[in-house]
Amino acid sequence: MGVIRFDDVGRIFGSKAKGFVALKNIDLEIGDREFVAIVGPSGCGKTTCLRLVAGFDHATSGTVSVDGTPVKRPGPDRAVVFQQFALFPWKSVWDNIELGLRNLGLRAAERTERIGAILDLMHLAPYAEHFPHQLSGGMQQRVAIARAYVLDPDVLLMDEPFGALDAQTRVVMQEELVRLARKNPRTVLFITHAVEEAVYLADRVVIMTRAPGRIKEVLDVASIRNAEDWGSHEKIEDVMDLESFVHLRTHIWRSLREEKASQDV
Amino acid sequence: MQPPVTFLQSVALGFLGLGLFIGLWYVLSVSGFVPRVFLPSPGEVVDRFAVLMERRFAGATLLGHLAASFERFAYGFLLAAVVGIPLGLLMGWYRLLDEIVSPLFDGLRFVAPIAWVPFAALWFGTGIGGPIMIIFAGAFPPCVINAYRGAKFVDPRLIEAANMLGTPSLRVIREVLLPSSVPSIIAGLRVSAGLGWQSLVGAELIVASAGVGYMMVQGQANVSTATVMSGMVAIGLVGLALDTILRLIERVILRRRGLEH
Repeated sequence: MGVIRFDDVGRIFGSKAKGFVALKNIDLEIGDREFVAIVGPSGCGKTTCLRLVAGFDHATSGTVSVDGTPVKRPGPDRAVVFQQFALFPWKSVWDNIELGLRNLGLRAAERTERIGAILDLMHLAPYAEHFPHQLSGGMQQRVAIARAYVLDPDVLLMDEPFGALDAQTRVVMQEELVRLARKNPRTVLFITHAVEEAVYLADRVVIMTRAPGRIKEVLDVASIRNAEDWGSHEKIEDVMDLESFVHLRTHIWRSLREEKASQDV
Repeated sequence: MQPPVTFLQSVALGFLGLGLFIGLWYVLSVSGFVPRVFLPSPGEVVDRFAVLMERRFAGATLLGHLAASFERFAYGFLLAAVVGIPLGLLMGWYRLLDEIVSPLFDGLRFVAPIAWVPFAALWFGTGIGGPIMIIFAGAFPPCVINAYRGAKFVDPRLIEAANMLGTPSLRVIREVLLPSSVPSIIAGLRVSAGLGWQSLVGAELIVASAGVGYMMVQGQANVSTATVMSGMVAIGLVGLALDTILRLIERVILRRRGLEH
């Protein structure tokens, strides 16, 4: 369940001959309950990758499929968390989270039960009747994550979800996400330009080249995380101090800097 | 940069404009430059207005005429809103409907409401249907256009969010496009109420009983220019009140959304 495949995927914006090549020859398989982060310079097409899986956009060549079925349109089996939250401003926290469950046709009793559980899990219970504009950015993103998670999706797509948050809130949310992922693992495709975030959260980190976006390198973080037992550290800063973490982070930094340099020439 | 104006200053300036206008009007009418029958003085209009409030003219007092007019207006305006807002939202969501309706609509909306008067008379006679149709013709286009624009300018991320949550089309229209378009729709309703109320005199050319427009036509027939002007003043005052009420509603809604500027 929740296996994402990119088969020789390309995306050209504009005409095939003269248009902007955003993605070229992307081949990638993301396994069930695997957490994959894509990092790359801005404009490298990493968000386009996510939009293709979400069904917001279509590949101009190749296929994107989930569990063997080519993606045609958006759907609740692939829940998305947006950078700008995209909560409905006229709906309360509760109603924002409930919409997807109503669309699934769940009965009121079950909806109430599931919303109650996710509100508790995300520490949102006291804010159920609040409206998004009454909440801080971090709280709004919690609601957006709750709205996605409550659907129990096979795949969770996160497009720079913490990019709009301040540094402290960001760290709290990252720890929260790890906690959530441990408790209820899903296949996650996570887009970010923050290298530490990618290394801290992901099982594998995909590094992309600048436009046309291709996969430059795929790093296996999970094996190092397990070997060095990162999980035994409660706090994010303790993990970030570990030599293995620093080593991986520096490796990715160098790789990205090469991309930046080739862009500046 | 123009200097900012306080609320009191703004009110004072408004009265200054009104005063200048009435002063000029007064001078013109008493100078004898324009015959009195053609242009009654402000005092005469005020007197006439007071008389019309108390005594029946053309079958009713001024308030009676206003009530009759307002009833027609309310039907025409509500009908325009009830048909126009959903149509505009649907056009904003379904591309095909947009392509089919837009050219027709864009042509028709330039036909002034009063141009429909002969048809309104033919189709509805002297019943209430005719005036409602004329007011509807005035009030309908802004309802459609603003609902349409509201639907077109919804934050695309909210539509993507609704789509990934698996929301069916009608629910997207009702729960995303409609609430997101509320500010635009209210602005449209303000324009719509204005145009509908403006179309009133034309609409009441073909009524045979009561209404401010009817009263004005009767005033014209009796060469009572002060009666006609009293009707104009009444229409202006009610129009102003209507717009003020809608603007208050607009403010309340924007404030609830935390969108107040």
